[in-house]
Amino acid sequence: MEKKKPIVATTSLAGCFGCHMSILDIDERILSLIDLVEFNKSPINDIKKFTEYCDIGIIEGSCCNSENVYTLKEFRKNCRVLISLGECSIMGGIPSMRNGIPIRECFEEAYMHGPSVKGHNPEMVLPNDPELPMILDRVYPCHEIVKIDYYLPGCPPRADLIYDALAALISGNELKLPYEVVKYD
Amino acid sequence: MKNAFPDSTDELEIGEIVYQDTMIDTVRDILKKYDHNPTRLMDILIDTQSEFGYIQPLIVAEISRQLNISNVDIEQTLSFYHFFSTKPTGKYTVYLNNSVIANMMGREDVARTFEREAGCKFGEVSADGLIGLFSTSCIGMSDQEPAALINGTVFTMLTPFRVKEIIRDLKGGKKLDEIIVEGLGDGANALPEINSMVHNNIRKKGPILADGYKPGEALKKIMKIKPEEVIAEVKLSNIRGRGGAGFPTGMKWEICRNAPSDEKYIFCNADEGEPGTFKDRVILTEYPKMLMEGMAIAGYAVGAKKGILYVRHEYKYLQEYLEKIIEGGRKKNYLGRNICGKEGFDFDIRIQFGAGAYVCGEESALIESAEGKRGEPRDRPPFPVESGYLQKPTIVNNVETLCSIVKIVNHGALWYRSMGTKESSGTKVISISGDCKYSGVYEIEWGFSVTDVLEMVGASDVQAVQVGGPSGTLIGQNEFNRTLSYTDLSTGGSIIIFNKQRDLIKDVVLNFTNFFIDESCGSCTTCRNIPVMLRQKLEKILNARGVQKDIEDMIEWAKVLKASRCGLGLTAANPIVTSIRNFRPLYDKKIQHGKEYDSNFDMLAAVKESCDAVGRVPNIHSN
Amino acid sequence: MTNNVIKFLIDGKEYLAKNGTFIIDVARESGIFIPTLCNIPGIKPRGSCRMCTVSVNGRYMSACTTPISEGMDVRTNTPDLIDLRKAILEIMFVEGNHICPVCEKSGNCDLQALGYRYQILVSRFPHQYPKRTIDALNPHLIKDHNRCILCKRCIRTIKDEQGRGFFAFHKRGHKIEISIDHSMNELLTEEVAQRAVDICPTGALLKKESGYQTPISNRKYERTPIGSDIEHAHQ
Repeated sequence: MEKKKPIVATTSLAGCFGCHMSILDIDERILSLIDLVEFNKSPINDIKKFTEYCDIGIIEGSCCNSENVYTLKEFRKNCRVLISLGECSIMGGIPSMRNGIPIRECFEEAYMHGPSVKGHNPEMVLPNDPELPMILDRVYPCHEIVKIDYYLPGCPPRADLIYDALAALISGNELKLPYEVVKYD
Repeated sequence: MKNAFPDSTDELEIGEIVYQDTMIDTVRDILKKYDHNPTRLMDILIDTQSEFGYIQPLIVAEISRQLNISNVDIEQTLSFYHFFSTKPTGKYTVYLNNSVIANMMGREDVARTFEREAGCKFGEVSADGLIGLFSTSCIGMSDQEPAALINGTVFTMLTPFRVKEIIRDLKGGKKLDEIIVEGLGDGANALPEINSMVHNNIRKKGPILADGYKPGEALKKIMKIKPEEVIAEVKLSNIRGRGGAGFPTGMKWEICRNAPSDEKYIFCNADEGEPGTFKDRVILTEYPKMLMEGMAIAGYAVGAKKGILYVRHEYKYLQEYLEKIIEGGRKKNYLGRNICGKEGFDFDIRIQFGAGAYVCGEESALIESAEGKRGEPRDRPPFPVESGYLQKPTIVNNVETLCSIVKIVNHGALWYRSMGTKESSGTKVISISGDCKYSGVYEIEWGFSVTDVLEMVGASDVQAVQVGGPSGTLIGQNEFNRTLSYTDLSTGGSIIIFNKQRDLIKDVVLNFTNFFIDESCGSCTTCRNIPVMLRQKLEKILNARGVQKDIEDMIEWAKVLKASRCGLGLTAANPIVTSIRNFRPLYDKKIQHGKEYDSNFDMLAAVKESCDAVGRVPNIHSN
Repeated sequence: MTNNVIKFLIDGKEYLAKNGTFIIDVARESGIFIPTLCNIPGIKPRGSCRMCTVSVNGRYMSACTTPISEGMDVRTNTPDLIDLRKAILEIMFVEGNHICPVCEKSGNCDLQALGYRYQILVSRFPHQYPKRTIDALNPHLIKDHNRCILCKRCIRTIKDEQGRGFFAFHKRGHKIEISIDHSMNELLTEEVAQRAVDICPTGALLKKESGYQTPISNRKYERTPIGSDIEHAHQ
């Protein structure tokens, strides 16, 4: 019987999709990756809901709102191994630059006084529809919400790092990281 | 304090200018008093602070100009010490102790009463500027808590009722010494130059605290022998430093004596800041002449002509008294030139006050502080005995050590060694507080077991004993047979007793950890951060969100502190490490079992601020 | 202190050096890299960062402040020491707000470079996200406290002709900051600012209007780990 291919799911929380771009940046190796793994829930194939338990979940981005937390917990439940991919996921990254600034000030800047909104919100409305995700008091790295198993840093992580790490994880071989691939920018 | 609080707030601007001019004049006088010497910056700031109640940028700029050092170099010292302030702290500044013992004795109710009666929170000044409320680390009154300093005057055994009276009287315009209704303390505390309600509570006297001390006897004795012989006698006595570190005193003196230098210094370390310690305060109050004599003996032995008595700011109420004692010593020729008629034996003492920093109890930090700098411990080598105060060879000895030396000189090293144990000779003055009938000061021989101590002080139902203060060890019943000695349970003098009603993690370990966080000088990466992160772990466990891994993490993280420069950093995790070692079931009871991971994330708490800001009700669906 | 040449061990190998030389300097000259973020050769050491912690006769000591002595047994690379250094680095990354993707110093930063060398993928410690400020009042200099690791290099080296400091610590413990004396702004010339920027191991001190001078692929620590120069000089 053919061995079942490992199933991979990915998501982007408070991130810029740059890490996902870097996954695609493994060039022609993407073909061998597709031979190696099967993708489940992921923006890459646009599968919206988990359809089965996955082997690997890859998380880009940090948690800045309640929906991020919900999605992250969903991934923890549905994946055997979770990988934090990129600076935001690992340490909050650029979104976390708002940490320490009162939320009200952030809202006022974003919806009332910021250069792109100034004059366009005369009633000074702050969005409060119950359908909207709720903003968290600060941006949280993923491992401060759920247990994370592996970390691949970079902004974005180098394509080689992603490929080598996935290949090592799937094959069970030890992951050796050359100096050049571990970067924080 | 004068002029700092003008009666009328709508004064004319011109009045303000005139006031600033007089203020500058006052600062200039202070600077003149200290010869415009930058190494006396501590004294300059202490005098300025007590003159105006706070030190504003205008004054900093003036000191900077006059001493020709930059503003930031003044501010780095100014901002280091707890009792300096750059903002007004109230006409009456209350510093209420927040030590574990204060809490055990009812600090919480006292603090709330202060807030209610003063009309402001801790960390604030009342709207009328009359009363400022602040917390402070242990003020050395553990046997009479809760206690507070109000403009330097000590108020002990506070109750909510007393607090109401005190605030009422202050609001009514009474002076501080008029509102002490408890009567004055025992012994020298009642002298007019101390005039304090503090009690000595000496409960067991030994050879050091014995009555019948005759000032000058030891000095006259050593006049007949060579300095080297004095050192030999001290070495023979086997005495080790009584401040806690336990370095052999004779060896310290010998190294200093052999260090070539035109000038040497004797420091007496009276900065006892280890929470639960107060024995040096009692010695300073009752046996200051013995201490001065000990310093002079040290001066003779190592060839130093100058002594500095570094006293913690909390004991500033003893200033007038101590100065009078020094003056008296000069008159008797126990200090000054040609002491006891011995040609060329000159030795004099000045007092250096601290300004609120536990770390200054570390000898090199103490020296830095006395040089007018931040109390950051130095890198060693060189050790102070080779290069200390103003780069000169310097001895730093604890109050009790120097007093013990006097007795060793009087009665001989062998007499001293007949007390205590083989490795720990002599006696130890200890401060005992907490859950016992008779807290106070006891002089015991080394080798006393903890059980003996507990029986001596009338403690029953004991759950744990903290030996050596927060930087020491927390032990439980199965170790009460251990003995106080340098080879077993070493202590600088603090013993705190906790009964079975106390929550050791919440009441004790968390309080001690907060203490180390407040008192870290911040120089080492490790000590500046690890205790803060350990506190977060403790809070998580107390919040019932802890898991097994959190306890393991604490043990591992604590190891990182071993890379710190000084004793504060090296011991900052001792409360956590020793309580995990000796009271593991208490931690196990508080953590979640069968759960491997808990992030401590709380969705409802995390969205509250944003929901409040936009005006919506949190709708949380868990998954 | 004498000029005697003495014998001692580093990682089991025997070396000779002048009595009193600091361990870190002896190691550097012998091709052994001991990481540091606060030490500057030729300037009186301070031992603030604790990165250079080594084991001396079994005790942890900072290599930058401890002089060698006869027969000393120095270990620089035991597994415990490596983990300790990683832990100290990881503390620094969570203590401040080190967001490399937006930092002009990225690629030329010593803190980051040590993270690369030790391949730190995540900090074991929780991010503190302290609220910190940026001081841009000086015409030549920006001080971004988010990125400061409090190594004291600027405090120790940048002084005016009379020996007055431009920089100093402010407060204590975990609240500590570095402050700049703005009353001395006139003396803090472009040249002084440049020296301060050069001495700063991170992006906490930056020259105004001069970021991103080096193309990404040419940055200092892009391809070779920090310390390679020391190690390769002796191969």
